[in-house]
Order: sequence, then C-alpha cells, then structure tokens
Amino acid sequence: MIEDAIYLDNNATTRTAPEVVEEMLPFLRTFYGNPSSMHSFGGQVADKIKNARQQTAALFNADPDEFIFTSCGTESDSAAILSAIKTFPDKKHIMTTAVEHPAVKNLFEHLKKDGYTVSFIPVDEKGRLDLDFYRENLTEDTAIVSIMWANNETGTIFPVKELAQEAKKKGVLFHTDAVQAAGKITTDLKDVPVDMLSISGHKLHAPKGIGALFIRKNTPFYPFLIGGHQEWGKRAGTENTASIIAIGKACEIAGTNMEKEQNEVKRLRDKLEKNLLEKIPHSFVNGDIENRLPNTTSISFEYIEGEAILLMMDQFKICASSGSACTSGSLEPSHVLRAMGVPYEAAHGTVRFSLSIYNNEEEIDFVIEKMPSIISRLREMSPFWKG
Amino acid sequence: MWEYTDKVREHFINPRNVGEIQTPSGTGDVGSITCGDALKLTLDIDSNNIIKDAKFKTFGCASAIASSSALTEMIIGKSVEEAEKITNDDIVDFLGGLPKEKIHCSVMGQEALQKAIADFKGIEIVEKEGNIVCHCFDITEDEIRHAVAEHSLGSIDDVTGFLKAGGGCGQCHDEIQEIIDEVRGDSSKQKKSSSKLTNLQKIKKIEQALEDDIKPALKKDGGNIELVDVDGNKVVVRLQGACATCVKSKETLKNHVEAKLRQKVAHDLVVEESLL
Repeated sequence: MIEDAIYLDNNATTRTAPEVVEEMLPFLRTFYGNPSSMHSFGGQVADKIKNARQQTAALFNADPDEFIFTSCGTESDSAAILSAIKTFPDKKHIMTTAVEHPAVKNLFEHLKKDGYTVSFIPVDEKGRLDLDFYRENLTEDTAIVSIMWANNETGTIFPVKELAQEAKKKGVLFHTDAVQAAGKITTDLKDVPVDMLSISGHKLHAPKGIGALFIRKNTPFYPFLIGGHQEWGKRAGTENTASIIAIGKACEIAGTNMEKEQNEVKRLRDKLEKNLLEKIPHSFVNGDIENRLPNTTSISFEYIEGEAILLMMDQFKICASSGSACTSGSLEPSHVLRAMGVPYEAAHGTVRFSLSIYNNEEEIDFVIEKMPSIISRLREMSPFWKG
Repeated sequence: MWEYTDKVREHFINPRNVGEIQTPSGTGDVGSITCGDALKLTLDIDSNNIIKDAKFKTFGCASAIASSSALTEMIIGKSVEEAEKITNDDIVDFLGGLPKEKIHCSVMGQEALQKAIADFKGIEIVEKEGNIVCHCFDITEDEIRHAVAEHSLGSIDDVTGFLKAGGGCGQCHDEIQEIIDEVRGDSSKQKKSSSKLTNLQKIKKIEQALEDDIKPALKKDGGNIELVDVDGNKVVVRLQGACATCVKSKETLKNHVEAKLRQKVAHDLVVEESLL
C-alpha cells in the first residue's frame, strides 16, 4: 500500500481529518446504540447526532432542522431533484447546466428519456454560464433548476445567489450541488435563497458514505427512501451514526479552516499554476480564473494525452486526475472541457490539480520540479509536437 | 485505474525505438489528435526486404505508447513478408494482454504497420469508402462488419473497445447493434432494433434536436429557427431574428442545421428554408 503520496486530487476525495476519525471511533467501538431506542444507551447517540446537525448547519448559516443526512452527494442530488418532480407533476420542463457532475447530469438525461424537456445551460470558453439562456428558458413550467455551486473540474464558481433569486421570482424550485463549494468558499444560506443544497462528506475530510441535504423550511419534500420515521420521515433508515458525527465534525473544522483554505491553499495553488505555466510552453489554464475555488487548477498541456501524463506522475507518487477520455473508458474527452469549447488537442491533455490544507510547500516544489520533464518526455514521443 | 500488465507498464515507462527515421523506406500514419490517439511509424528496410530499423511517435495513453513500442520490437529483424502477418492480437499477446477498452491501441499498431509496408511497396492506399456509421471516429459499416465477424465481437462495448466506433456521441449505437445482430445471425433482435422512425417519432426527434442543439447556438448570435413542416426526408424551417437577414444563412442551414439533424435524427434528411 502507498502511504506517502503527494495528494493533489482533493476534488475526487479527501483525507479523513485525524480529528474526525477520533471523533467517530467511539461510536464504532463502544457507543453502538440505536438513536431511536428508548433507553439512555441509544439516546446518548441521538444527542451526538443532534450536535452533528448543528455543526453541519452552522457551516451554512442554516437551521439544524433544515438538514437531513444521506449516504452521499449523489443521494442528496437524486432526493432533491426527484422530490421536485413529484411536487409538480404537471410541470414538464427541467433545467441544469452543460457542465454538471454526472450525479446530476445523468439523472437529467434519464428524466429526458422519461419525457421531460431538459434545458442544459451552455457555457462560454471560460466555463461561465449563459445567463440569457437561463432567463429565457426559466418558465412557470419549470419543475426544478439544479445548478452546481462550483464546478469540480475547473473550480469555476457560478453566481448561485442571482440564479436562485431569479428562480424564486418565477416560483421555480432551485437546487444546488455544493459538493465542491462546501468548506472552500462562503456558503451562507440566509443570504443565498436556494431551496435545496447537497453536500458530500468525503469531499471535506469526512469519510465516504455520508452526505447531507439542506431543505429550506416550508419547501415541499417527498422522501427518496421510504420506511421508518428517521430524519422526520424525510429519509428512512437507521442513522449511520459514526459517519454523521464525522461529517458534523468535518463541517465544524471546515468553518475554522475556511480562511486557511482561501489564503494558504490558494497561495500554494497559485504558485503551482504560475510555475507550471512558466516552465512548460503550450500550456494554459481552463475555467474562470477570477471566480474560482481556491484549491483547483485545470491545466491543459497541448499535444499529449492525459492518462499518459497521470501514469508518468504516478511514478513519482503524485496524484491528480485528468479530463482525458482514456482514464474513464469513454473516448470523448470530459464533457466539461468540450462544453467550454477547449480544442481536442488540449482537452485530451488536461490535468486537474486540487489541493487541500494538508498539502505543503515541499510537495508543491517537488511537483513543480518534476512536471516539466514529464511533459517534455511525452511530447518528444508525440507526432504532433514540433518543439 | 487501468489494470495494465507489468510488460505494458515497462514499455510505457521505457519505450523502445522512439523517434523518426530521417529517410524512411515506408511510413504509416494513423489516427488523429481528435480521436485521442495517433501513431507515426517509420521503417528502414534493406535490399533483402529485412526491416533493419523501426521507429515510432505516438500521441495517446499508456497502452497506445506501449503497443507502439512493442510493435517496433516485434518487427525489427523480420522480413517484410513475416511482418505483414502480424496482427493486433499478436501485439496484445506480446504485452501479456490489454484491457478490453484498450484493444483499439493494438489495432492502431497493426494499421500503422500495414500502411507503412504498403507505402514501402508503393501501393496506394485507397481512402475509406462506403457508409460511415460512426461519424465521431470515421468508422465505416464494412470495418465494423469485418471486425465483428473476424473477432467475434458480441456487444457495442466490444466494438467500441476494438474500433472505437460508438465511443463518442453514441448516436450510432442502434446501427452498430443492427450490424452485430445481422453478422451474428440474430434476426429476431434485428427487427426490434430497427431504426426506421414513424413520422411522428421523426418530428418529435427533430423538434428535440432543434431545442437542445441548434437553437442555443443560433440564439447566441441573436437568431432563431422554427420548424414549419416535415415531408418525408425533407425538413422545412424558417430562420428568424438575426439569421433571417444573415448572408451566411444558407451555410448555417446546410453546415449546421442539416448536419446536426442528420446526426441526431436520420442521415438522409434534407433541410430547406421556407419561402412563405
């Protein structure tokens, strides 16, 4: 097993914070009670879940009873979108973006097959949404709009506040997938009028297998899982107690670390980006660099292919991911890069570096040292490289 | 993470014979940057028809680079006649196997070799002819038919892994399935998956394509489009807004609207502008 990797793939998943692991362990080892039980042995766990709900809500300036816990970000997305569909059975139009995560994109494609008219909001070359398209297509027949708060591949942040305000004016339910935004930028739900919001534990230093869904007070909601009375009947199934306690702790830590994320993590990201662009010709950054998550950079290296870059990096235990098709089993490069009109020759050779508070200067220096030779080695093999 | 054999990894990390022979006896160029992989193979063949040297340049993933490297090792020292017999399966065997989705990398190697030998012999390689099924990767019906029959491919995924056909937009999946069923003699399925559309289905699909794929682009330039009528394979539309007065409207109709509808709905559609 590899333990000492240089992990720059934090938009894929994150290290579980040591404090989070400590917090959850007693609830795996000792306090295994069922929070629904009448006895105190179970009841003490219910108290901890209540605490976790408060911690989670605090990161979003929301009320604790506006959050339910789910099994992952995808479940939160599905629950929100399918509930809206059920709420408005007569509305046959739904809207999302062309650059959404598969958790939302593929659900919309699925609903399209079921007869829904779907609008996919296009983006420009910087990955910014076409707001005119959004306004034109937002109608009273729209059952739900689902727009990610920030894009997972480029880190581009969308103007969710303005978008949600416009939906509100027309009485359209608005959901946002905040899986990437949570903990990295301010997400104040007293200020941003979204109706529903999804988060995922493992993207903010909690373990995998836990998510949460914000459902604003008085928003109609139909449960996705039906059964017991847990989560006020909004999500049946015995609580994943240790993981709920973990996501609560992770949200608390994220709140404390937000400033570090926006200063220190951003500084390292900027250093990495600036140096790679300087040292490696024919490379460029994708996305809206003015409005971007502090931890993410998507860099295209022309004339070479992403999977080959990643495997070369793997030799030095540097972990990142690519917008390349060859890593996914599909042959088309990432739908996000294609929607932005990134030419094929560059889209194929795109690498996403995503940092976290656990990265340090030495790691970034090491990556800056190794990347130029990796890129030039692959370019020397490329028939398109005329360097 | 792909499950590559140690041999694939080794050939990727330490590829043999990278480069280009300055005055080659034969050159084989296959693939393109759009497709995601490409290979340029150059050969040095002596007067006894022995391949003295082979070099490659490859754009692509680890298995594309490893397949190319393997190919050069396999052919150096062989006679042209021996080399001609090398198939993609031989490349896969040499590497100790490739993931199913990566078989096309070895196919690329075989194609480059055949092209380079043809170039050496002075045989002109005729450009592809016939009905193109997969427009994303430019793969013809004959190529798919041949691959299905020769290599017992049983599913669309198999065909994509082998030829890349169907790996892009996915529009040709029905057609590929039909070819598979036909070649494998599964006629009961053939009827079910027939792509013949009823008029109503056709109109619905055209409307959907206009909404999803065509209008957004036109609207960006301040234009719009309206469906007037569908008569057999003739689609009558009316351009509106900025498009109505645009000098390039004819081009837009043919290059953008018609191409998109052919891709999305049926390949024999003709788009005309309403004169009313």
